[in-house]
Amino acid sequence: MDAVKAIARRLCRYLVAAATLLFSRRRRSGDGEEEGLRERRTSPSRPAELAVVTLLLLAALAAAGFVAAYIAKADTQVLGLGIGLALICLAAAAIVTGKAVVLQEEREEQRPEFAHPDAGHTEGAELAVTFRAGGEGISRRRLLGAAAGVAGTALGAAVIVPLASLGPAVDDRLRASPWERGIRLVDENGLAVPAADLSAGSFLTAFAEGVDHEELAASVVVVRVDPRDLELPPERASWAPSGILAFSKVCTHAGCAVNLFRKPLYPPQQPGPALVCPCHYSTFDVLRAGEVVFGPAGRPLPQLPLSIDADGNLVAAGPLSGNVGPAWSGVRES
Amino acid sequence: MTEGPERMLAVAAAALALGAGVLWLAPAVAQPGESRASSGEKQNVALVDRGHRLFQEECSSCHGFDARGVPDQGPSLRGTGAAATDFYLRTGRMPLSYPGQVPTRARPRYSERQIQALVAYVASFGGPRIPAVHPERGSSTEGQQLFTSHCAGCHSITAEGGVATGVAAPTLKDSTSTQVAEALRMGPYLMPRFNRELIDRHGVDSIARYVADIQQPDDAGGWGIGHIGPVPEGMVAWFLAAAALLLTARLIGESRRGGG
Amino acid sequence: MIRRVSEAVEERTGGAAFLRKTLRYVFPDHWSFLLGEIALYSFVVLVATGIFLALFFSPSTADTTYQGSYGPLVGQEVTKAYESGLSLSFDVPAGLLMRQTHHWAALVFVAAITMHLMRIFFTGAFRKPRDVNYYIGLTMLMVAVFEGYLGYSLLDDLLSGMGLAIGYAVALSLPVLGADFATLAWDGQFPGTSEFFSRMFIAHVLILPILLAALITIHLVFIARPHHTQFAGPGRTERNVVGIPMWPGYALRSIGLMLAVAGILFIMGGLIQINPIWLWGPYHTYQATNGAQPDWYLGWLIGALRLVPGFDVKIGSYTLVPNPFWGGALFPLAVFGFLFAWPSIERRITGDRSQHNVLDRPRDAPVRTAVGAALFSFVATVFFAGSADRAFVQIGIKYEVQIWIYRALTVLLPFVVYAITRRTCEELRARELALGAAPPRRVRRGPGGGFTPAGR
Repeated sequence: MDAVKAIARRLCRYLVAAATLLFSRRRRSGDGEEEGLRERRTSPSRPAELAVVTLLLLAALAAAGFVAAYIAKADTQVLGLGIGLALICLAAAAIVTGKAVVLQEEREEQRPEFAHPDAGHTEGAELAVTFRAGGEGISRRRLLGAAAGVAGTALGAAVIVPLASLGPAVDDRLRASPWERGIRLVDENGLAVPAADLSAGSFLTAFAEGVDHEELAASVVVVRVDPRDLELPPERASWAPSGILAFSKVCTHAGCAVNLFRKPLYPPQQPGPALVCPCHYSTFDVLRAGEVVFGPAGRPLPQLPLSIDADGNLVAAGPLSGNVGPAWSGVRES
Repeated sequence: MTEGPERMLAVAAAALALGAGVLWLAPAVAQPGESRASSGEKQNVALVDRGHRLFQEECSSCHGFDARGVPDQGPSLRGTGAAATDFYLRTGRMPLSYPGQVPTRARPRYSERQIQALVAYVASFGGPRIPAVHPERGSSTEGQQLFTSHCAGCHSITAEGGVATGVAAPTLKDSTSTQVAEALRMGPYLMPRFNRELIDRHGVDSIARYVADIQQPDDAGGWGIGHIGPVPEGMVAWFLAAAALLLTARLIGESRRGGG
Repeated sequence: MIRRVSEAVEERTGGAAFLRKTLRYVFPDHWSFLLGEIALYSFVVLVATGIFLALFFSPSTADTTYQGSYGPLVGQEVTKAYESGLSLSFDVPAGLLMRQTHHWAALVFVAAITMHLMRIFFTGAFRKPRDVNYYIGLTMLMVAVFEGYLGYSLLDDLLSGMGLAIGYAVALSLPVLGADFATLAWDGQFPGTSEFFSRMFIAHVLILPILLAALITIHLVFIARPHHTQFAGPGRTERNVVGIPMWPGYALRSIGLMLAVAGILFIMGGLIQINPIWLWGPYHTYQATNGAQPDWYLGWLIGALRLVPGFDVKIGSYTLVPNPFWGGALFPLAVFGFLFAWPSIERRITGDRSQHNVLDRPRDAPVRTAVGAALFSFVATVFFAGSADRAFVQIGIKYEVQIWIYRALTVLLPFVVYAITRRTCEELRARELALGAAPPRRVRRGPGGGFTPAGR
């Protein structure tokens, strides 16, 4: 009787073990959809499905609206709303479907192993061995290597050099300026600028006659101040007839047009009459030959010497006092 | 710095010269608020008288009892003319709270009648009349070109105002055409002066037209977000779009780390 | 029917097993892992709208007289490039919608990359084996910023033209090479010839998009191969990935995100005006407007250009380093250089050379988080210096004063932020340890008994 009980107990244990094995979660065995599954939630959600249907229909409506609006040449706002709402409704439909309608699962997956070099004999080491094996039998390694290096460098240079076709060499093109003695100043419409047209506080953009206005060096800004306030260096004493001054309009910092003239009528006077660049606020004192009084510019604004010709028009009395526009590495200021 | 009075005299002299030129132009038109310069001697005298009394009470502490200015307080107003007075009073830039304050646009302190009286009083010393502006006669293309060349450097291309060293150029969103013309011809405070030779009457009309139009810009693309360009655009990109997309991401993904 | 398609695919490519594996690929589902996808889908919108725009745009600087529908510009001489931009805005049906959506997408593209970069940085996702992928990502950020700059400069309006002048000045300022490089790119002195616009166009619509697409592909492969990182949590180890399978859950979420990105961008493209080039007018070298700014992702550069004091490095009358170099070239290179170098720096500081697939919370790595926060505060200060001038002048702070305040802040603030951030992280962790709420950590038993944390 005890032997039978013992056998029965053992049989029970075997059965329980078998059942456990059969019905428990399988981790690595098997190829079915159970592999790696941690959690599954599949209860159907009628409200969610209904929501998705509604959203899809709304999307269709909005898209149809977009087509109709396009045909009717509606405003950009209507067009944008149409296609935008259609896409957003579709987005909502997709998200709700993904989160509440389709099969919900949380799964687990194993990552591939990337061997660490410290881990001993690795695939990486094997790769190196395979690679090196290809060089078995080579005798003059260093010579071959050096020759390959020279050839590679030369070929690399040969490949890069045609890039130079993209543009001109620097040469004196960057320094070029149309201004010289006798060149007349003209306004935006190409008409000469009579000196009498300017009064104290005037501010005008002018160009070298006959030159493309877009050329950086061509544009100057002309202002008129009280001649008694001028503090020009002695060699420029004659550059400002009647208190009329001209400077290059291109900022010496980063090339924006210096399109701002502040002309104080009464205190606060500091800074005094000045040309200011609206990009980074480099400030050039017109009474002191375009000296930088504030801001990141590293060079004063080039000044154009002026004189008044027989007809009373403004003409240049010489070239600009410096290079136009932003400096470049290696430029020498004359 | 006590160059004040001499400079003001120089300015007044220049203004007088300018005034002579302006007087050559068409007479002041009867726009609302402009001084009626020649509608009866008796009325005019009464107005000037009233303006004189008002001036004594309100303006003389800085500009002097005879409008010749007070050193270090305020410049002489002789020869500055109706245009300047009209501009400063109507834009509320005068009176200042204290000498040396930066004039900024504000609600006008004086009533219509008071302004007319003060304008008449200062105008009695000579100087430029209030200019006649006809924006409808201006060309919007010429206005765009002139404004870009002469004004955008300080006031920005959409007339939203701007910044420079030691100054903030005001927005022109509230400016009337007359005020635009007055400011152009006067060159108030730090602004350059544009005389008739540089910008003729038609040019002023065009600029006034541009300013009037730009006060309601063409927002074909939708909400204009201030018409100052990439700064509000960047703010919208971050605080509207990126925020909305972050929200969407939160809705899609899980937020508890290791949760779910 | 699905069965028939699947069989057909297997018959022709033998790829059914691979596809099956792909469908079962597991994505960890934290919301912050979606930021990169926001960037990816913005790129998709950019390409789609960009193709439309490229069919209408004319990258030519030839002059033409504008005769279109916008009054204030009628009769003016403008370039064909600007005119085609106006035509797209006013005459092409849905043209303005496409233009605006394209521009908004560009702003959001770089914003999403930035948010994604911050997530990568502060969770330590750049550690091995993903450091190469991190370098690829940083490269894409640089390319994206440059691509955006070229894009809005193509229109030849006043604002972007001023920006090109500044770009030219920065190029010129590069020591030794600057002048040659700038005249090479511009085919002469600024504003250059018509060649320059053709080059910008080809770079913007062909070269850089292809480069970006290739980098994105490599980036995605380098994510898929080691699988995505995940935060620590129950059942999550260095060797597994726990999350949602690609099919159906993740695919639908991702498609939903793509549609949401496109939808939001199109709504903005229709309702919120961006870059109204008709208001700016055409560019001329002799014109400028107050308040000109670059797009937001270049704001840090305009800030830097404004903050650097005014000096050219000279020897006698010979200019060595013009001023724009420091703010326009050295500053961004230094920031990106630091970001590129950080994985190596961190490996050296911590001595940790192992691979990591489990992410840190920011507080788990106080030094890294503090350094990142300090760098961010540095760049952010410079960024605000570039655009806050108007706002502060309105409240009465003069521009000249602002500049000095910002200069002081850029030097001092990063140190303050570093100290505060590091301390905060350490306090948070200490509190968690005390409360027993922290994830499991190694502990060390002292010689006299008792346990102490033996963490990083």
